[in-house]
Order: sequence, then C-alpha cells, then structure tokens
Amino acid sequence: MKLIFELGTDGQGTDLLPECDVPKADPGPFARSSAVRLPQVSEVELSRHYAALARRAHGVSDGFYPLGSCTMKYSPKINEELASMREFTGIHPLQPEDSVQGCLEVLARCETMLCEITGMDSMSFQPAAGAHGEFTGLLLIRAYHKSRGDEQRRKIIVPDSAHGTNPASAAMAGYEVVNLPSGPDGCVDLDALKQAADEKTAGLMLTNPNTVGLFDRNILDITKIIHDAGGLCYYDGANMNAIMGIARPGDMGFDIVHLNLHKTFSTPHGGGGPGSGPVGCKASLSRFLPGFLPNPCGSRYSLKRPPNSIGDVKAFYGNFLVVLKAYAYLLELGKEGIPEAARNAVLNANYMMSLLKGHFQAAYDRPCMHEFVITLEQEKKTSGISAADIAKALLDHGIHPPTMYFPLIVQEALMIEPTETEPRETLEEAAKVMNQILDEAQKEPSTIHLQPLHTPVRRLDEVAAARRPIVCYEYPQE
Amino acid sequence: MNFPKDLKYSKSHEWVKQEGTQILVGLTDYAQDALGDLVFVNLPEPGDALRAGEALGDVESVKAVSDIISPVDGTVAEINETLLDAPETINQSPYEAWLIRVKDIFSEEDLMNAEEYESFCAAQT
Repeated sequence: MKLIFELGTDGQGTDLLPECDVPKADPGPFARSSAVRLPQVSEVELSRHYAALARRAHGVSDGFYPLGSCTMKYSPKINEELASMREFTGIHPLQPEDSVQGCLEVLARCETMLCEITGMDSMSFQPAAGAHGEFTGLLLIRAYHKSRGDEQRRKIIVPDSAHGTNPASAAMAGYEVVNLPSGPDGCVDLDALKQAADEKTAGLMLTNPNTVGLFDRNILDITKIIHDAGGLCYYDGANMNAIMGIARPGDMGFDIVHLNLHKTFSTPHGGGGPGSGPVGCKASLSRFLPGFLPNPCGSRYSLKRPPNSIGDVKAFYGNFLVVLKAYAYLLELGKEGIPEAARNAVLNANYMMSLLKGHFQAAYDRPCMHEFVITLEQEKKTSGISAADIAKALLDHGIHPPTMYFPLIVQEALMIEPTETEPRETLEEAAKVMNQILDEAQKEPSTIHLQPLHTPVRRLDEVAAARRPIVCYEYPQE
Repeated sequence: MNFPKDLKYSKSHEWVKQEGTQILVGLTDYAQDALGDLVFVNLPEPGDALRAGEALGDVESVKAVSDIISPVDGTVAEINETLLDAPETINQSPYEAWLIRVKDIFSEEDLMNAEEYESFCAAQT
C-alpha cells in the first residue's frame, strides 16, 4: 500500500484551518528555507488511507491477543466515554483548586483504592508508564538511603528473568545492576540472593508472579533477606492482573510498587499511550513521593507536595484521564469483581495450558498464574520448527502471536497470557489452531517456514529492518 | 557445528585463542546459532579493564540482547572495529570474527578444550 506522502496531487489538499487572523511575525534567521511539504490529499482520501491502515492492524477488538507479560485484555468502552466527558477534558492543570474539586476527589479516591489493592500507604500518579514508574521507584530508594546518610549502597539486585526495563531503569537511576540467576524452578535462588545481598545493596526489583508466570512461594524470605541487609524491595506491578484483590505486594514485604493502569486497570495499550504508571509506597517513604498529592482538608481537597519530595517526574498530575478510567473500572468491578477478574485470568491461563499439553512442552510443568511459557527447544532441534515459526503461522488465523523469546531464561519461548476477558470458546479455538499448526509442521516442516500466507506482508527481513531502518520518507528528486 | 581444536572455550560460549602473551576472544558457532542473526555489537574501548565473569560488551540479535562475558582478568588491547558495521560477520564466520584482543592477563577462568566444549553443548537442553 502507498504511503500518505505518495498519495494525492498538488492543490488537492484540505483546508482544515481557518484563515490566519493575527499579524504575521518575522521569524528572522529561524525562518524555513523551503515550504513545508504536506501530503496533498482530499478529506475522503485521508479517511480511506487511515481506514485501510486500521484494517491491516490487529487489536483486541479484532481478535485474540495472548501477548504474554502485556495483559492485552479488553477494556470496557464505557470508561472511554467517561474519560471523554467535557467536564474532565475541558479543565486546565493551573485552574484554581476550588474549581476542580471533583477531579481532585477522583485522584484521592483512586489512590485510596489502589493503595488498598497493593498494600501501600500513599501513591503518586505522576509517572506516565511502567518504566517511568520503575525509575521513579528507584529514585525513592535513593532518596531513602540518602536521607539516612547511607550512600554507599550502590547495587540493585534484579533476577535474570526480569523485564528488560528493570535493569535499564536501575542503570538510569545511577545504580550498578546485579543480575541474579534464577533457580531451576524459574524462581529466585535464595542462596544466590543471600550471597548477593550485603551492605552495598540499595534494593531488589521483583515481579511476583514472575515472568514465567509462577508465584514465588519464598517471597517472604526473599523480602526479609533484602530488609535484613538494609535494602528496600521494589515490586514491578506488570503482573498485578494475576493477584489484584487477592494478594498484596505490601503484605509480601515490598516497600514500593508501581502499577500499569494502562494494562491492568482499563486503559487499552500497545498503541503508544497515554499510559499511567503510578508509584505507591509505605508510609515511611511517603515524604519522598514526586508531584503533588490531593490532601483532604475538611470537606475539600487541596494539592500538597510531600515534604522531602524527589521533585517532579512529569508535568502536573500525570495522565489524569487514565486515572479516571481506572477509578471507573474499580467502581464497576467492586471488591468482589476485582479478585474475580484475577481468578478468571489465572483460570483461563491454566485451562489454555492444559489444552496445549500433549502437543507443546510447558517450560515449567506446574500450575501457572495468569500466563505460562512453552518451549519449542526440542522441535527446533529435531525438526527445525522454532517459536517464531509458530508465532508467524498464527497470523494466518487472525490470532496475535504470543510473546516470543522472552523470558530469556527459556529457549525458544512462547509466552501466553489469555487474560480474563476471553471466553472459553476463544481459548479452545486458539489451542486447537496452535495444536494443528504444530501437527502439520511436524508432518511437513518446510511448509511452516513459508507462513503466514494471507497477511498484507509476510515474513519481514528483521535483520535489515534493525540494521538499516528507513524511517524517513524522501520525496523523489524533481 | 564447528569446534576448532586450537581454541579454548568458556561455559558462556566465548572462544579464546592464545597469541603469545595475548588472547583473542570471540563468540562460538553454538552461540551465534542460538542467538540468531546479529544486528548490533557493543564492544569495550582499548585500555578498559576486564574482569573474568563480567560483561565486556553485548550483542543484539533479532531476538534479544545478550552479554558477552570476559573469560579473563586483563586489559583490552584492541577491538575488532569492522564488526561494528558488519555484525553479520559473526554469524558467517564466528571463529574469524574475533571481538577483542586482551593483554596484561593476570588470571583466567577454567576453560574447556574443544572436546569438552562439544559435549558441554550437547548436554545443553
């Protein structure tokens, strides 16, 4: 299909803006040397172009999307409608507090509910996404040690199964990353952790359930080892969907938590945002939180900066409308619905794993949480069928591939997270398709390497795309 | 899969070639095959200190980024700059595409010979 720049003819553009009615300023040396070249297309061409692009994309509204570690669940549309209300979209962050009491109340109530779910005491909504939340959490850890004059703590311990953003955030916050090898069961190796934790340890970053979809049963021992060494424990909320309303990071011994509201709490994601990665903490750390928090004063709310705040990590109050959607979602599901969603997420994953058993090898053969990992290592060795082959073949069936080659501790990994919003029939159909793909590939391995056959583009040259990406359009020379 | 007899091997799949008092370090055929097509290579600077068991750089394939582990304590004498623009050389000829040359080596990890490394790879499940 053509790019927007290749469409249209000169003079065919659409006038979207009214005539300029302010005097033209002279930009002097900053003036452009040539006119801006915008695509010259009519409105109907523009509309068709983007409709065609949308048809070629795949979202949760198009089909099953079991992308592990991403929680691509369906987010109720009604929450989008609430977030589009003029009363919420038409406000300005510098408006007098008296005129935005409703919005401050949303922030305050959402904070209370999410603190209840995570077992934390306060929360800042400023961070805009998951990795931003991680980075903010690490700045809290740094502020804590600094406030105690304990600045020799330079190490952050991260298990080798962690999301890649964990070590990246720690390095970004100026810490040295200590990579902790997982035990054979995919969980934290307690002896290795004891070895690693010492007077130089600033903290530990962990997800539980972890990235192989298992709940680490030693979690209380793990957080105790870190606390005994004088460090803090950071909970990456990426996998919160498995335990929300059932188990609380605060009760597991974590001091700081981030959540991905755009994932777990009803904002669709994968399209570039906006997201929200609020950071919650225990009361002893509240004074370091970034931004401004809504404080109740009698019957109204006012915004206050925590006394020893690390400052701002984003302008104003973060992505408020995403918080609003989370708040609506929490009210809709209630204290019965939130744990029920988590239980169904776990049930769906286990059901799908059981449907794939007999064909596919589970990386860890025990009941999983909200996601599980299968490995094609044997198939790759014996018949050349790789995880990527299965993923590509699924595209012909209108199913988004699972996460591939992650976590790194499993060879030829496919990581499947069905989520709680998929009906049983979808899981059965998807498992049937996957089993058939593998059966056919084992009979005739050469055919699978050609798939997908029916997608707008087939196998792309990933190497060339990574080595020599072309991301700028160049107009043909005239 | 190729396991040249004149090289020594580490458990993290680097090969070591002795050249007088210095060594060359590269990635084995097994490693390049497991990583898949490489798209970027990050190497240290000449003069950098190396610690055995710690990352000396990393390689990025279409699948993932992986650390390259130093098999020795020593100092980087030279890096193979041609790899920075042509990481595919590692996939094409892993035993010619040396990554770095190391000097002033004062301690070395336990390394395997070709035969031992071959059975080590065969045992990887």
